[in-house]
Amino acid sequence: MLRDLSLAIEPGATAVLGPSGCGKSTLLRLLNRLADPDEGRVRFHGEDVRELDPLELRRRAVLVPQLPAPLPGTVADNVRFGPALHGEQADPARPLELAGLDPEYADRDAGRLSVGEQQRVMLARALALDPEVLLLDEPTAALDERSKHGVEETLAALPCSTVLVTHERAQAERLAQRVFEMAA
Amino acid sequence: MSTVDISLTDVAASLALIALAIGVSYWRRAELEQDLAVAVLRSFVQLTAIGYVIQAIFDSDSLWLVAALLAVMVGFGAFTARSRAKAVPGVLGPLVLALTAAAAITLGLVLALGVFEAEPRYLVPVGGMVIGNSMTAAAVALNRLADEVHGQAGLIEAMLALGANSGQAARGLVTRSLRSGMIPLIDSTKTTGIVFFPGTMVGMLVAGAEPIDAVRLQLILLWVLLGSVAIAALISVSLGYRGFFTPAHQLKEPPA
Repeated sequence: MLRDLSLAIEPGATAVLGPSGCGKSTLLRLLNRLADPDEGRVRFHGEDVRELDPLELRRRAVLVPQLPAPLPGTVADNVRFGPALHGEQADPARPLELAGLDPEYADRDAGRLSVGEQQRVMLARALALDPEVLLLDEPTAALDERSKHGVEETLAALPCSTVLVTHERAQAERLAQRVFEMAA
Repeated sequence: MSTVDISLTDVAASLALIALAIGVSYWRRAELEQDLAVAVLRSFVQLTAIGYVIQAIFDSDSLWLVAALLAVMVGFGAFTARSRAKAVPGVLGPLVLALTAAAAITLGLVLALGVFEAEPRYLVPVGGMVIGNSMTAAAVALNRLADEVHGQAGLIEAMLALGANSGQAARGLVTRSLRSGMIPLIDSTKTTGIVFFPGTMVGMLVAGAEPIDAVRLQLILLWVLLGSVAIAALISVSLGYRGFFTPAHQLKEPPA
């Protein structure tokens, strides 16, 4: 699916631009080792990701999926999930705020929110891990124009590095300092 | 215990009911005539063969032969369950372990508690029932597990992406699969005696036993089976889910 790809991603905001089906999502999944390449290597801070603990890597480089995948339970349950896996108690208020959601959402059933709100919960859930980098897979593809604008504003203000995958050139240029383009 | 003599003529007479079944199938064009014939033939050959095998084991009175027969049953049971749970990768090992553990633990317990004596007359039929029910429960549970992993791949991967290991990501579906493996026997145990008469009781009543004795033996067997089914379903799904993941906590088949 991916061939002849060589890419160095610096800290800050990076966008990978390309038509759908060109392997952008696969690229993100290689970065946090949800998948391994048949050939070649992925390095994180110079180290082959296969030498790292995959679970720790995924907490440092957190993927936000294209389609919201809320866990059963409240918004707070979702936000606390990641930190709780390694014994930390997270306060959902701060990540929710960073993701542009009112902390009052904490007690609501995550499965019953709108897609736009769910996408923000996904973002808050990832931010609760205090990641070095967020891997954003078409974060606004499922949203209408208005929520898209809001989520973009939130993404532009994130406190961590981002790798954004999108098919939309204007979005890539709005949100990233560097844009890589992939061919179909 | 009283005994009953059943001649081959008696057995042949019951074929009349098969003729009736074939008649129904022919009349309503269900096209089951051939399947019925195969079923009759196979049941006759297989049960007659196992009858002689069991007779030989009873005559020898050897617990080693009992163990060997149960091992063969575990093998067949594991292969049968695997063919029903094909979508679970590398499932044969977990199945062998699940059926072996279910048989060993339940038979071990009933012997240790003195419910039955360590004689082929008890161990062979009870072992066969335990392995057969465990096989069904494990197959149902594993089938459900495969459906769950397939249907929830996006959610599983979302959990992995947050740093969950494969066990944590699969916990919910493993529990639901365990439940679906155990529920059929729990439900049939709830309705036993009202909606249907279980086989052991029927057999004992026909053989001339006192109803209360038949009921007590049946209760022991039902409760033993519940325990063994729990063991088999638990072990098969607890080990079986690993087949869907790589050692690096990746889903082997990523969500579409």
